[in-house]
Amino acid sequence: MNIHEYQAKQILARFGAPVPKGQAASTPDEAAAAFAALGGGAAVIKVQIHAGGRGKAGGVNVVKSADEAREFAAKMLAKPLVTHQTGPQGRVVRRVYVEEASQVARELYIGMVIDRSTAGVSVIASTEGGMEIEEVAKKTPEKIITEPINPLIGVSGFIGRKIAFALGLKDKQVGQFANMLAALYRAFWETDASLIEINPLVVTGDGRVVCLDAKMSFDDNGLFRHPEIRELRDADEEDPAETEAAKYDLSYVNLDGNIGCMVNGAGLAMATMDIVKYYGAEPANFLDVGGGASAEKVAAAFRILLSDKRVKGVLINIFGGIMRCDVLADGVVKAAREVKLSVPLVVRMEGTNVEQGKAILKDSGIKVIAAADMADAARRVVEAIR
Amino acid sequence: MLTQGITGATGQFHTRACREYGTQMVGGVVPGKGGTDFEGIPIFDTVEKARRETGANASVIYVPPAFAADAILEAAAAGIELVICITEGIPVLDMVKVKHYLKSTGTRLVGPNCPGVITPGECKIGIMPGYIHKQGDVGVVSRSGTLTYEAVHQLTKLGIGQSTCIGIGGDPIIGTNHVDALSLFNADPGTRAIVMIGEIGGTSEEEAADYIKKNVKKPVVAFIAGQTAPKGRRMGHAGAIISGGRGTAADKIAALKAAGIAVAMSPADIGTTLKAALDGNA
Repeated sequence: MNIHEYQAKQILARFGAPVPKGQAASTPDEAAAAFAALGGGAAVIKVQIHAGGRGKAGGVNVVKSADEAREFAAKMLAKPLVTHQTGPQGRVVRRVYVEEASQVARELYIGMVIDRSTAGVSVIASTEGGMEIEEVAKKTPEKIITEPINPLIGVSGFIGRKIAFALGLKDKQVGQFANMLAALYRAFWETDASLIEINPLVVTGDGRVVCLDAKMSFDDNGLFRHPEIRELRDADEEDPAETEAAKYDLSYVNLDGNIGCMVNGAGLAMATMDIVKYYGAEPANFLDVGGGASAEKVAAAFRILLSDKRVKGVLINIFGGIMRCDVLADGVVKAAREVKLSVPLVVRMEGTNVEQGKAILKDSGIKVIAAADMADAARRVVEAIR
Repeated sequence: MLTQGITGATGQFHTRACREYGTQMVGGVVPGKGGTDFEGIPIFDTVEKARRETGANASVIYVPPAFAADAILEAAAAGIELVICITEGIPVLDMVKVKHYLKSTGTRLVGPNCPGVITPGECKIGIMPGYIHKQGDVGVVSRSGTLTYEAVHQLTKLGIGQSTCIGIGGDPIIGTNHVDALSLFNADPGTRAIVMIGEIGGTSEEEAADYIKKNVKKPVVAFIAGQTAPKGRRMGHAGAIISGGRGTAADKIAALKAAGIAVAMSPADIGTTLKAALDGNA
């Protein structure tokens, strides 16, 4: 789960990380008030969307008066901003964040990620702050420091100092940096985060270490024990079909193609998308119905698939282990009648009670194209939409 | 074999199925239900007591995500040698703690978020449908559940049996990764070829490619799911996500091919690709 910059900064401030003073605003007047609340000095106003590249896209501005803040907010709010991370349709801006301006002497990069190869949390640090870290990794990998953290000792002082010295920090900055890093690690651990990114972490003109930007993502599997994090979810930033699917415990990801897919199991679902492409068409989505497809779940999945107007054909690929093919067939028939199926439907079933399942489909009167195996299913659905 | 969480719906169903298949299910563990039994299988309050009284050396876990990491820790602390955790949804930081703790024990963990392990004809631990498997000498290691069944089904249809199938699971931090499984298959006289199934996310398959190149002479065939997966999106499995530009199917396929491993480009060709590799080595 992702959250906005202003929310991430609130969380990190709670753990003692140094963030500039700031306030979020959803209207131009609120933006003016937020500016005033900061005391009248220069401020930075930033659009709040779940995407990077806001600065380059004109979504970040320095403002020197409440009126300027109001004006910028009016210009940005309720309109989509297109950045190199949003896709061409952009993201509608619903909030801005007004923050006291910092005088920037240096820009650094700090990231905290789950490192699969060490089975722990690693700190990623670089002197190349304010840039795309993936670009830095490609062009100048030697400028990236990776420090795996032992879960028993966490970011102990010496580790923070080690990284600080490696980044060329001096004097009081070293201790400040070490404290900040320890605070980030505590925040990571105590909120079940999956990513914290401070880009840039700045050293100000007067030698302070400050988190100028903050990005936090959370482990979906950890949300059950963090109601306060769940509350930060912004449904506006999520695909409505995906939100709908989650209600039925369906795993759904919207893609760009025109063949709707419904499969049991994430690996098989990805493989089904892959084989659709292999035979010349594009998958419209990833959809894992999981292990217990009841008629309700299948119907919900169908509705979600068909609500995508780009879908010209549907491919159902089920390998029934515990899930029985006759139960699935019942669900498909029920759903196809309820949603008035109007596009070609190819069904490939294998596994428990497959013969009964096939018979149910055949006798249902629903126009179903039966497939013998995965390749046959993909070929048939691609053919059917031609 | 112990079942932790034996009284839940999933625990009950699969304990029954595994017992029917021939696995020796000797006990269940449910705190507070010690002294009762499930269809004749004694239930204990703790893993430690279960192990003492039954001599069990393995445990399968069907405990809900909030408590599953603790169940793994309990089994390891009790000295259970093989722990297979089926549970999906365990917070990743819980698994960081678990893996760290396991280093100081002699326990091998498979999973979490996996279908389990099966040696066809002998022993089934987990939720896979036993009947699609055939006894044989091809090892299968996979991050997936139903995609594994698809691959096994293809092999069985071709008359090619399996020595052992290991579902390592779809989470980002797991007890046994591809290299661990390959190393076991490499040393197993009953395995003469290996099918490796991977997916987007992480670098387990790239590490496997490197390992195979240096250590494995037996034929290995691979399939990587998610060639069409977009960046940055979690595709069902918690570990199936391309992040920071890394973990793409294309990278994995390239690494495998560079190591001389045959890669099926369509999931429908896993069986035939393996057969070709076997025929090529005849």
